[in-house]
Amino acid sequence: MTVPQYLRAFIGIQKRELLRFVQQRERFFAALVRPLVWLVVFATGFRAALGVSIIPPYTTYITYDTYIVPGLIGMVQLFNGMQSSLSMVYDREMGSMRVLLTSPMPRWFLLLCKVAAGTTVSILQAYAFLAIAAAFGIRMPALGYLTVLPALILSGLMLGAFGLMLSSWIRQLENFAGVMNFVIFPTFFLSSALYPLWKMLESSRVIHAICVANPFTYAVELIRFSLYLQLNLTAAAIVVAALAVFSLLAVLGYDPRHGLVRRQTV
Amino acid sequence: MALLEPASALSVREASFSYGAGTALDAVSLEVQPGRICFLLGPNGAGKTTLFSLICRLLALQGGEIAVAGRPLRANGSNVLAEVGIVFQQSTLDLDLSVRQNLRYFAALRGLRQADADRRIEEELARIGMAERLGERVRALNGGHRRRVEIVRALLCRPRLLLLDEPTVGLDAQTRGALVRFIHAEARERGLAVLWATHLLDEAEPDDDLVVLARGQVAAAGTVRSVLAQAGTDTLDGAFAKLVNQRRQATS
Repeated sequence: MTVPQYLRAFIGIQKRELLRFVQQRERFFAALVRPLVWLVVFATGFRAALGVSIIPPYTTYITYDTYIVPGLIGMVQLFNGMQSSLSMVYDREMGSMRVLLTSPMPRWFLLLCKVAAGTTVSILQAYAFLAIAAAFGIRMPALGYLTVLPALILSGLMLGAFGLMLSSWIRQLENFAGVMNFVIFPTFFLSSALYPLWKMLESSRVIHAICVANPFTYAVELIRFSLYLQLNLTAAAIVVAALAVFSLLAVLGYDPRHGLVRRQTV
Repeated sequence: MALLEPASALSVREASFSYGAGTALDAVSLEVQPGRICFLLGPNGAGKTTLFSLICRLLALQGGEIAVAGRPLRANGSNVLAEVGIVFQQSTLDLDLSVRQNLRYFAALRGLRQADADRRIEEELARIGMAERLGERVRALNGGHRRRVEIVRALLCRPRLLLLDEPTVGLDAQTRGALVRFIHAEARERGLAVLWATHLLDEAEPDDDLVVLARGQVAAAGTVRSVLAQAGTDTLDGAFAKLVNQRRQATS
């Protein structure tokens, strides 16, 4: 296989994911409704009660709804990663996963292409959400909409790889809902998406420690800092490391010599 | 790289595989030559789908060796799959995409240029009588047409070896007959080697090759004609029942 052939496969997988995304419009709206409910209902209600003091990257006092926008972008990407994971379990049950895995390209490459394609979709959703947030008056620095792109790519890849890893462990579609309850909600709530870490520390040391250990916290912080034209190196390094670990486990999970899929013929 | 039987499109030597304690394949050997169709016959659980999964690397071989066009799977990895077209038992088309979009996606996974892919898609669809369905969503096609699209997809990469896992299940007699004739013509005209798993014994012609699998082992192998002679029956149904029973008695 040559480099142009790898590139064609990469583009082909991206195109397919985008075509499916365009044809499943309800998926697009569902992905936006969830964070919008948080932003419009939850954040508006808490806006009066909660204010966030000046913490990096913010240089001034901000309202609660401004604080949670990066967390809600993370939520969009987290749910998209899980949606991709669900569709991979479905594809595996329906057999269409076999078309991907019987390509002459290396399996690790195909799986990472799949994650990259899901990331593209999640970035489109994230920008749509940012546009709606701006319509509600929550605006970021103009250049922030551009500087957040690398952060969205990294966090999207990390959460996509996380979903891929989960899909290699989940044997049946019926088990998916249960797993998601144990994964999505703890991942989201036990992070800095809704509250700053120092507020968590005031309430509970244990919860704070869990939030600090949660890679999703760093995805949210990476997005938050990037929106304000700053690079949080610690967050970037942890997101990259988590991406590497999740990718490795996902590739091993889909390797018939090592993974759980060996017992169920993908 | 070491070559196994360069003349064979597919060479399976002593292939073995177990799901935990249950043996699915026990030292199975077979060869498929270019231009030949080899039918793989066996009751449910005989190991046909396991063998297909091993050939296309969905499962990892535990014993023995499999080579495609003389290139062993173990040594050559997924590269070998460039020579293989596959039609799975279950439909694997994306129902929400059109015929063209499904085929282009597959062509991209094989690294084909889009211009080449489009040309081949049109050619192959015309050969199978579906040129006018190019823009239709797969969801709108009936079972027979979906199967034809899957066969076209398997042939797009100009494979040396075509794997068909019960491709005619659920099709009416007329569609089934047309597909059987099409595959025989493809094998003859293009020198394509075909390994065809089926329960439907009337799909084989007397000069086709036949391997009868029972309980993960080869119960008989040869041309259809020679297996009938070996079993001492006139019909393939009779031969199949006799050989499978013999294997059951031998292994119980």
